[in-house]
Amino acid sequence: MSDPLREDTEAAKARSRRNLVLAGALFLFVVLVFAVTLVRLGGNVTSVPS
Amino acid sequence: MDVTTTAQSLQATTEVEPARAARWSDYALLLKPRVMSLVVFTALTGLVCAGKPLNPFLGAVAVLCIAVGAGASGALNMWFDADIDAKMRRTRARPVPAGRVQGADALTLGVVLSLFSVMLMGMAMNWLAAGLLAFTIAFYAIVYTMWLKRFTPQNIVIGGAAGALPPVIGWAAASGSTPLNAWLLFLIVFLWTPPHSWALALYTSGDYAKAGVPMMPVAKGAASTRRQIMLYSLLFVPAALAPAFTGLGGPIYLTVAAAGGAVFLLLAARLALSKAGDGDDPRGEGLYGVKADARPARNLFAVSILYLFALFAALLAERIVGLAPLELIR
Repeated sequence: MSDPLREDTEAAKARSRRNLVLAGALFLFVVLVFAVTLVRLGGNVTSVPS
Repeated sequence: MDVTTTAQSLQATTEVEPARAARWSDYALLLKPRVMSLVVFTALTGLVCAGKPLNPFLGAVAVLCIAVGAGASGALNMWFDADIDAKMRRTRARPVPAGRVQGADALTLGVVLSLFSVMLMGMAMNWLAAGLLAFTIAFYAIVYTMWLKRFTPQNIVIGGAAGALPPVIGWAAASGSTPLNAWLLFLIVFLWTPPHSWALALYTSGDYAKAGVPMMPVAKGAASTRRQIMLYSLLFVPAALAPAFTGLGGPIYLTVAAAGGAVFLLLAARLALSKAGDGDDPRGEGLYGVKADARPARNLFAVSILYLFALFAALLAERIVGLAPLELIR
């Protein structure tokens, strides 16, 4: 008898693809936050009186 | 939400179209890309009209946040409305009622995207814009979707505030404030929503009645709806002209607003005098097909989209080419 908890190959592949895309999206978010921080800090640096 | 009803709806839909595994396009559909494009366009106009110098990268991030926030509201709406979506021809192929995406997945996507968009907006721009974005998402998902839509024929009038806020968010993102001109853009979209939505409802009212959604034609009848469309059109067109008098719109805007407004009023008057929505089933062949007597409703619906687009495009074009606003009232 097959294990009801065992995923079929197609479902496992789909889950793996989904995880990769989610990881990519999270990475992009981190990069975006980093870039936003740099741009905002850069703006503040130029506005500091010398 | 009534889980039993949803399950029955899903089962009924499955009989029409067998569910297949979710694709990325299904998740993209949850974000209502067509609504999102209009939101992005009006928000971008607000951002540009604020007239403040803005880092282009931060401007792009602000627009991205508003787009993602709008998408998040769409996903939350599709999660909650799966039961009524399954009963309407226009919406029954959506990913959740068609069984291609689980309701819980749509909810998760909506919540996660809401949090990310609001957080990023706050960090990248300012917390006024982030607060307005959070309010808009909550208003659309909770006040409109969960409450107004199912309980009052004024659903799209009050709920229309959510769709009208993006230009104000854009303005707040660029400038950190929301002056009267920003709220004038809000007013234009707010007053545009009832004639636009009710024109569509006049020839899809059978669907709304089947789903138990008290849209104006279902609750008050077609004649009352046509009268109210005329009334809102009479309020909307002067509001659309107003930016030419408040230092927001220039000569291009005034021309577009006046010419388009005249066409809009003409079509609203034709609709008011027509019998659109009176028949048992005004629909014709195809998803958006209508029978001859309902065509005035379809014409106003189509022109309403074009007119709103033209108004905001004119404002955007004037700012891009550097055309000075008219300021007819000083």
